[in-house]
This record gives sequence, structure tokens and C-alpha cells, in this order.
Amino acid sequence: MAPSQPAQKQKGQGAVKAPDQRQPTGPDYGRILIDTAITALIALAIIGPIVGMNASAPQGGLVLEYRWGTVIALVAIITIGRFLLHLLVWNRPGWVTPQHVKRWGWGAIAVGVVAILIGMFTMDAPLGFLAQIHESLPAWFVAFGVFALLSGIWLLVSGANEVAQAKGVQSHLARTLEPFGKYVGVVMLGAAIILPFIPGVDRRIVDLAILMLTYIMLGWGLNIVVGLAGLLDLGYVAFYAVGAYSYALLSTVYFPLWFGDAVTPWTFWLVLPLAGLLAACWGLILGFPVLRLRGDYLAIVTLAFGEIIRTILVNWYSFTNGPNGISGIPRPSFFGIPFTNDDKGFAATFGLTYAPLQRIIFLYYVILVMALITNFVTLRLRKLPIGRAWEALREDEIACRSLGINTTSTKLTAFAMGAMFGGFAGSFFATRQGFVSPESFVFMESAIILAIVVLGGLGSQIGVVIAAIVVIGAFEVFREMAFLKAIMPAGFDPTQYRMLAVGIAMVLIMRWRPRGLVTKRNPSIFLKEKKAVSVDLVAQGHG
Amino acid sequence: MVNWHNNPVLRVDRVTMRFGGLLAIDDLSFNVGLNDITALIGPNGAGKTTVFNCLTGFYKPTEGMIVMRHEDGKEFILERMDDFRIAQHAKVARTFQNIRLFAGMTVLENLVVAQHNTLMRASGYTVAGILGIGGYGRAEKQAVEKSKYWLDKIHLTDRADDPAGDLPYGAQRRLEIARAMCTGPKLLCLDEPAAGLNPRESDDLNKLLLSIRKDQGIGILLIEHDMRVVMEISDHVVVLDYGQKIADGTPAAVRTDPAVIAAYLGVDEEEAPPIAGKLITEALQRVEQEKPASGKRGGR
Repeated sequence: MAPSQPAQKQKGQGAVKAPDQRQPTGPDYGRILIDTAITALIALAIIGPIVGMNASAPQGGLVLEYRWGTVIALVAIITIGRFLLHLLVWNRPGWVTPQHVKRWGWGAIAVGVVAILIGMFTMDAPLGFLAQIHESLPAWFVAFGVFALLSGIWLLVSGANEVAQAKGVQSHLARTLEPFGKYVGVVMLGAAIILPFIPGVDRRIVDLAILMLTYIMLGWGLNIVVGLAGLLDLGYVAFYAVGAYSYALLSTVYFPLWFGDAVTPWTFWLVLPLAGLLAACWGLILGFPVLRLRGDYLAIVTLAFGEIIRTILVNWYSFTNGPNGISGIPRPSFFGIPFTNDDKGFAATFGLTYAPLQRIIFLYYVILVMALITNFVTLRLRKLPIGRAWEALREDEIACRSLGINTTSTKLTAFAMGAMFGGFAGSFFATRQGFVSPESFVFMESAIILAIVVLGGLGSQIGVVIAAIVVIGAFEVFREMAFLKAIMPAGFDPTQYRMLAVGIAMVLIMRWRPRGLVTKRNPSIFLKEKKAVSVDLVAQGHG
Repeated sequence: MVNWHNNPVLRVDRVTMRFGGLLAIDDLSFNVGLNDITALIGPNGAGKTTVFNCLTGFYKPTEGMIVMRHEDGKEFILERMDDFRIAQHAKVARTFQNIRLFAGMTVLENLVVAQHNTLMRASGYTVAGILGIGGYGRAEKQAVEKSKYWLDKIHLTDRADDPAGDLPYGAQRRLEIARAMCTGPKLLCLDEPAAGLNPRESDDLNKLLLSIRKDQGIGILLIEHDMRVVMEISDHVVVLDYGQKIADGTPAAVRTDPAVIAAYLGVDEEEAPPIAGKLITEALQRVEQEKPASGKRGGR
């Protein structure tokens, strides 16, 4: 029984987690059955009303449909799953060692990969023999493969963790992966630079990458406020909006009014710094009233600020054009050369054939450079006294004041810096869309940006990148899962389940990595050796 | 005349602090001499920490004046200054009864953060620092040198790159003192620095404080319950009870003062026979040594 003890410690979070003092006689089946029954009841109570009844309104009158079949299926899945967890994980047979678990993991991964490959290559001719037997058979292979692959990875990781825990050392997998941690950033940067020229990369992928980079930049900006200074800001989208509207209004109304048409090709480059500056000013304006607030109160006021800005944008019709938004925002030019299909366009000037993709690729590089500047400035600030003061502020505000740090200006600079990068991202958003309206700046955006920062691990730059790719990518991955359509009932649309997937991903990450994906803090200065600080010691700030 | 009258670094002049109906400090006056170790003692709840909070600007006294005087003759009226300006300009540094280190930052970072204002100027208030112009690199090296000096003093050089929260309790206490010293203070206020230390650590602390007095040319004001520390190292003792000063003088004079004995043991002044004074003081020391930080009544 000895080898299974670590397993219980790790996975034994069940209500009847196998007691540590368990005798070798075997699991307590009575308690397992009771727990399984309770699970079934809870599942029924939750799923019954939500899934079991559907109020629909076909012509005239409200009709209540019952879907007990679905309810029974779902409850059965949960109950049987719980029962199997009891038997196979929490009360694993004695002869199963973590080594077995690892081996099964490898096996499942191999089976999964093979199944996916078979499924993918047999979808159509000339190897379409499976599809000839039954239309949706290849899709079933892919679905089975994905499932086997995921469960294999899970088995492998948990087996490796167990082995390591039993030995009291870091797991082999983690030890192998850790040295590569340093290179993740470099590899990602390299991939980002060559992305538009990788064969097979089309407009859709570049557009997605632009979207991801926008969120990465926003995440990095918010990371200054939330991650470094520890000030919970739920209204970050306000600065994004200020940046976008600054760009929209200046470029469509005020620049033509003040300078005429002469500056039009240069508008983007002239307005960009102004938009950042205006957003920074709004950061200061928000900063002043919330200086004395902490925790929940700070969160509520910043949340309100985000809504105030949006409401103003909707209602100040004469200035912002209200809910109709502002359209016809000039596109960015290649330093004065527009992306048009004529003699003076970018393509003609550089002797290329005109393609609409050129403008998209240019936009991609603009946001890439802007995001990198954000990262560079943040990393640099961390090594400057102001950055250290931000982190000290997150750790202990009273101690900061006793050391002569002006906490007022420290907080205000954090708000202004974060707001400025939000403003830059906003004006990029405006020029990319060519249209802004208040609908783009709802609370949901703030929540997504904050989720990216929290999932990445507060204060971690690379964590924000990974989290942004996961969160924004997860929305898009569901478009790709065409094979699900083939095996699910007619009318099934995977894209409808995107938010569900993001929600599940967040729950899982918060379950296994409650402090975010990256749980190390890099010290800003070191004497002999740079040792990462475990995040357990790092304070999360006062709100 | 004694040093704390001739050469004061801090003058507390008729300070009163009221919290609503509660009179925490009542018409308190005392001086802290330059190059002196001054101990502020008194039973729990006597108002010692309130005095500290008034000195360092966390509270504003209801009445009275607190004047900080530098050697060059510059004077700062502390009750009119913000807390961080007191630390920055008047150069008063403090530690806390419950340690307030930056637990998630390394030992070295804690000491570098304490030199914030010097470094801030060197980085051109961040603008020059971001652009990489100016002498920030040099200033940071100097800051690290200063940190190394203090790390050496508190025997933590080997742990400079470890997070402060990982240090044992005694080391955290010493680090907090070193961090306060890194701000370059003229007056160091220590709130129960020996609380929770074992006798050996307590001896180390005494040595550290004596060496600070010898080398730095500053005033040290400390709140302490551990009579061993108080009697061994202090030059000047001020005793508080219920917010009032009941004794002020050298350790030898204070320990035989009947009012002090009465305050600590809760007997009437007339009932305490003068001959018993010395015996009682010794008994008191033993009691205090055995439970240096127990039974706090909030300490303010």
C-alpha cells in the first residue's frame, strides 16, 4: 500500500478522501457508496432545474419542455466518474505504482496521436476508406484521439509528480522543463517576428495574432497597476476607451480642422503619443480620488470609473457621436506612404504587387513593436527605484512610508503608467478597426484583461503572454473543432461553447495554480546569485 | 548638565495625544541626545508606541511640539510634516513592533528600497533612468555597497539573495534595523527590537546597537520591555505610565525611583518601602526576562 500514499495526499481532496490511517484491508466501500450517492444528489439538484426544463415560446404561448434524458445522462456521467475516481485514484489498487501511471500516460498519448493521425488522413480521398465505411468515423477517431491525448498527459504529469513527491524532490518532468523556461520568451519572440512569413499563415491567423498582441499589451499595462503596485483596477478598459476615442476624434475631426489635410498620412504617428498622454492624464484623474481606498472599495470605485467613461461616451452625443460611434478613422500609413492600390501606394513604391495582406502585416508589426516597448519599459522600470517602490507598496504600504517613500506619487505613477499603455493600445485598436463605439469598451473587456493578468501570475511578464494566448486563443480554437460537429447531434456549433471552455480553463488553473501560471518572482537586483522568490511569500497587495 | 539637554537630536515638548475621550499621552516632554541610546519604557498600554507614531508622523499630536534638530543646526517641526517627509527630510527612521519587512522581496532588495530617495534623484526621477542616461548605474552600485556594509553588520551577507520572509525571526528583526539604517537617519526609533529574541540574539542586538551608536553619530530611541537590554546599553531612560512621564534620567537613577517601581508593580508610592526598591527592581528584571513580550495591551 505504501506507494499509493502520496497519491492520496495529492488527489485526496474528495469528501471521503481515503484516510491516511487506512488499514491494508482495502477501501471503505460503505463510505464510498454514501459519497457517490451524495454526489449524484448534488448533481441532480444542480443539473435538474437548469438542464431538465426548457421554457420556449413557439408561436403564441410559453411551453415548458422536459429533457429528463439529458439530465439522467449527465448525472450518470458525474456519478460514475466520481465512483471511478474513488476506486482508481483515491483508493488505487495496491499493485499500481506511480511508474505504472506514467507508463499508461505514455501509452495513452501514443494511442491518441495515432488515432488523431488516422482520423485526419482518412477524412477524404485517396485514403478515405474509413469515411467510406461511415461518414463520421474519421471524426470519431479524432475525437477519441484528443481525449486519449489529454488524459494521457494528465496521467503522465500526475504520475511524475507522485514519483517526485515520494522521493521528496522536484519531478523529473519539471527538472527537464525548467532550464527551457529561460528560453520560452526568446522562442516566442522569434516566432512572433517571423509569424507573418511562415508558409500557410493567412490573414485570419495574422488577425488573431494582432488581437492577441493587443491583449498582451493591455495585460502588460494592467500588470503594472495590479501585478506590481498591487492596486486592483476593475476599470482598466476606461483608459483603452480614452486612447481609442482620443485617436478617433483627433484624427477625424480636430487634426483636419487644425492642420488641414497635409498631415493626414502622418496622423497615426502624431496622435499615438497624444492618445497615450491623454490616457495617462485620466489615469491620474482616477488615481487622486482612490488614493485612500483599499481592497474592495478600490475595486468598486475603479469599476464605476470604467462605467462612467462608457456612459459619457454613449450620452455626450455632440462630442462622441453617442452610440453610433465614430467611423472613417484613417488607417495607419507606412511612415507617410498609404497602403493603397495606386502609384503612390506602399506596394508601388517598393515595387511589390499590391495585396491587402500587406496592411495587415504592417499593423501586426506595429502592435508587436508597441507591445515590446511596453515590455521593455516595464522591465526597465522594475529595476529603477520607482519599480521597486511599486513592489514595496504591494508588500507593505506603512513600511514604505516609514522609509520615506512618497506613496501618493508612487500610486499615481503606477496608475498613469498603466493608463498610458492602455491608451496606446486603444489608439491602435481604433486605427485597426477604423471604427469605434462605446460597445467595445464594456466591463467584459476589463474582466478579460484582469483575467489574463491573474491567470498569468501577478507581476509576471511572460505569464501575461501565455495567459493572453490561452484566453484569446481558446475562443478561436473552438472554430477549428470541426470534427466535433460530425459526432454531435445536428445543429451543434462548437463556437457556442467558447465561453464555457474559457470558464473551465479558469476553474482548472485556479484549482491547480491558484497564484497563476508563473509562480516565481524574479528579484530586481542580486548580489551573488539570482534566486527566484516563491510566490507564496509575495503579497498580493491591498486591493 | 547631561548630554540630552546639551546636545539633543529630538525635543518632545508638552505633547498631548487624545483619541476621542482617551488620553493616550498627557503633557509629555523629553529629549533624546545625540549619540545616546534612550530607552522609553513603561507598563503595557502606557503610550509608548503612540509616542513613536507621533514622532514618525503616523499620528498628529493633539497638542505640543516635536522638534528634530540636525547637527548642522537645521530644525524640523515634525508634527507639521507628512510621515514620509519626516523619514525623507527630518531623517527619522523606525522599525515596528510587529515586523514589517517586504517579505516577498529579497534581503538585498529590502535594503535597496530603503535608499529610494537617493536613488530616485540619481535616476532623474525615473525619466533619465528609463532612457539610460545619467549616473543611475553608479548610484545603484553605491546603494549596493551600502547594503553590503549593513548586511555584514547584521551577519546576513550569505542570505542577501533570499526572500526576507524566509529568514528566521531574529534575523528579520536585525534586517529591519539595517533597513531603517539604510535610509541614513539621524534618529533611529526601534519599537521593541528585542521582543521574541533568545538571550544570544539579544546580546547580538545589544552589540549592533552599541556599534551603531559608536560609528554613526545618531540618536537611538527604543521601546523595550527587556530590562536586560535597557539597563545594559541605554544612557538615558524615560518611563511612561498612563501617558505621563513618571521618571527621566540615567538607568541607575531610574531603577531606584519609587514611582517607577510602583508603576510596574502596581503598589501605592507610600506603601513601597525605599529599601525594598532594589530588590523589587531585580525581581522585576527577572519577570521581564522570562516573558518579554507577553500580555500586550496593544502597546499604544
